[in-house]
Amino acid sequence: MEGVEQIVAEHPFFAGFDPAYAHLVGHCAKNVRFDPGRYLLQQGAPADQFYLLRHGRVALELSGPGRGTVTFQTLGPGELVGVSWLVPPYRWTYDAKALELVRAISIDAACLRGKSEADHDLGYEMMKRFMPVLIQRLQAARLQLLDIYGAHA
Amino acid sequence: MHESATDPMVPRVLRVRSRRRDGPQVWTLELDAGAREQPGFAAGQFNMLAAFGVGEVPISFSGDPARPQRIVHTIRAVGAVSSALTRLGAGAALAVRGPFGTGWPMSEAAGRDVVLVAGGLGLAPLRPALYQLLAERARYGRITLLYGTRSPKEILFRREIDSWRKLTGVMIEVTVDHALQPWHGHVGVVTALISRARFDPGRTLALICGPEIMMRFAAEALGTAGVASEAIYLSLERSMKCGIGSCGHCQFGGLFICRDGPVIRYDRLREPLRVREL
Amino acid sequence: MSLEPQSAQLLTSEGLDQLLKALRRGGYRTVGPTVREGVIAYEDIDSVEHLPRGWTEEQSGGHYRLRRREDDALFGYAVGPHSWKAFLHPPRQRLWRARGDGDTVQIERESPDRQPLALIGVRACELQAVAIQDKVLLGGAYGDPHYRARRADTFIVAVNCTVAGGTCFCVSMDCGPNVATGFDLALTELAAAGLPAFVLQSGTPAGRKVLEEIPHRPATESEIAAARARVQQTAQHMGRQMPVESLPQLLLRNLEHPRWREVADRCLACGNCTMVCPTCFCTTVEDSSDLSGQETSRTQRWDSCFAVDFAYLHGGSVRQSARARYRQWMTHKLATWHLQFGSSGCVGCGRCITWCPVGIDITEEVNAIRASDPG
Repeated sequence: MEGVEQIVAEHPFFAGFDPAYAHLVGHCAKNVRFDPGRYLLQQGAPADQFYLLRHGRVALELSGPGRGTVTFQTLGPGELVGVSWLVPPYRWTYDAKALELVRAISIDAACLRGKSEADHDLGYEMMKRFMPVLIQRLQAARLQLLDIYGAHA
Repeated sequence: MHESATDPMVPRVLRVRSRRRDGPQVWTLELDAGAREQPGFAAGQFNMLAAFGVGEVPISFSGDPARPQRIVHTIRAVGAVSSALTRLGAGAALAVRGPFGTGWPMSEAAGRDVVLVAGGLGLAPLRPALYQLLAERARYGRITLLYGTRSPKEILFRREIDSWRKLTGVMIEVTVDHALQPWHGHVGVVTALISRARFDPGRTLALICGPEIMMRFAAEALGTAGVASEAIYLSLERSMKCGIGSCGHCQFGGLFICRDGPVIRYDRLREPLRVREL
Repeated sequence: MSLEPQSAQLLTSEGLDQLLKALRRGGYRTVGPTVREGVIAYEDIDSVEHLPRGWTEEQSGGHYRLRRREDDALFGYAVGPHSWKAFLHPPRQRLWRARGDGDTVQIERESPDRQPLALIGVRACELQAVAIQDKVLLGGAYGDPHYRARRADTFIVAVNCTVAGGTCFCVSMDCGPNVATGFDLALTELAAAGLPAFVLQSGTPAGRKVLEEIPHRPATESEIAAARARVQQTAQHMGRQMPVESLPQLLLRNLEHPRWREVADRCLACGNCTMVCPTCFCTTVEDSSDLSGQETSRTQRWDSCFAVDFAYLHGGSVRQSARARYRQWMTHKLATWHLQFGSSGCVGCGRCITWCPVGIDITEEVNAIRASDPG
């Protein structure tokens, strides 16, 4: 357990995190690995955990009939995979596939939600770390939506 | 012809030596200067290229400034003139005026990390700067090219990008807005690459070229990373008809983009870029 | 004009006629004001008979009418829709032609027009406008060779204004109504029964030289005083005033002022103001070819920043709204012109007010922004 707590504390997502909180979050965390081509999460499945990437890159994909599989974002070391566990109905809305060997911290969503409910200071601290990621992704999605590199931008 | 040297509105006739497809609707023309000496150009400058009887458009140099006899332009067929230009085959004549405009501030790059941020076709005007940096690699710190484009099939100069990747002290990151085919590179906006790139913000020179919206976000992201506005340069695009600041078309506030630009330091652009329809 | 007593001369209308003939003998094309289709236009003239004798005009926002004067003044009006740029920086100018048969393409540059121009009846505001266009078209690294050729040989007979037009504000712009510099000869028309006489001042050796060919005599002190009084009178009757204090800063800090939207609701984006403005210089080029495709040519023509495709980039116009286009025109004229060329682009001639079909008044627009300037 101490090993995981150390790894949590050293992940960029938790930079400057209170050691007491790192200890709490450490109780919800475990180390995981995925071979290339394996899925970290799949659309429609319960969002029971999220991942903090330590090594390797992950592709976020959407697929539909006649359109094939579209990768709309790739994520790498230091970044967060999965946000649907934050809000009901706690189900994934896309697939996340390991592009190469991925090592990550997996954090149990129900565990962290429970601890955040019990200690709102922890919950607020977590929100302050999730919110910038969500906003960045929203802004990026807007830019992609504009198709600015298209011939008739 | 003999008077054209004194009249910047009168073109010289050059011929297409070769034409290569570089992407959907994108072609690179190499022009044949024949025996006549061509004026040298600075990385970042542009020529006015005309298809006879159709019209004229500004197109940046995309070749090597160390080889001014070899005039290279990368053109996307979007309008009548650019489409006509991209249809010119080997041996066809076209009318050329230039070079015009300001270049990338290559003299300021010595001893510094250089970050080039390219969006879409914006890689073409940055390629001469990259040639120049790589030719004298030892004069500079880390060189980083962050290149964002629409999809994998739209990536320009693929083979060269692969060869640049192999050079030491050079980091090349390519990202696309979305990927359909098997693609193991990055997907996402080019600004996301900035936070992952390694450069010393206090001694970095940043050169940005791409769609204006992308340049605005890239310049702000570099600012957030600690690069001063005075160390960031953008290449702006406006309607240019004359190339010499006398037809009025390319005005952007008090600037004539053809003459005071296209390469302009970000501290002069930051405020005007916020004004819609300026 | 200083109207120095020792050098001022008196010229009769007959003497003015002789001046035109002397200029024509000297190879000049003489261009001046004449009545044409209900306006005072600038055209080729070869005698004082062609001048708008006994005419004046009413001018206000969107309004222009010729009116009869009670005397036979030859210059008893202000300015019409034309300006001298039509001759110095013409609406169409071919730049080159190319001939080719596939194997060879020859480009033939259009030769500059070599016939010297004599401009008759140039007002103080117009002299300033010519000086401004000189800076725009000759001041850069290259210069327009066609304009340069025309300007090199221009002979200018200026006229001090003895009437202020209803939309004039040259006093605000500090360039009239009296001419100060940039002329070969300058005239001030004296009040008279019958054909007028003029107090005449020469400004260049060329002006003094042509004077040798025509009858004149030294002006008397009372004639000089009368001339001076008429010009001072004009200065006191300006139709408009432009509040110029810190004007560039005012406009540049108000680029999002609600007034731009308000004026855009009235503006038709017709571009009349840019066509009549004596300093507006914007041009575009057109390429064309004959049916066989063997001969092509490029022609430069006046363009207007009110045209929606003026600032066209692939994908669309940079300035889609009339608001943005009006703002571009006015801020360029009154603000960014200072940054580009070191002076205002406005000379206070009032043409843009008179010839605006809906009577938009540049001085009123500035006042509106100034009145609600948050600072």
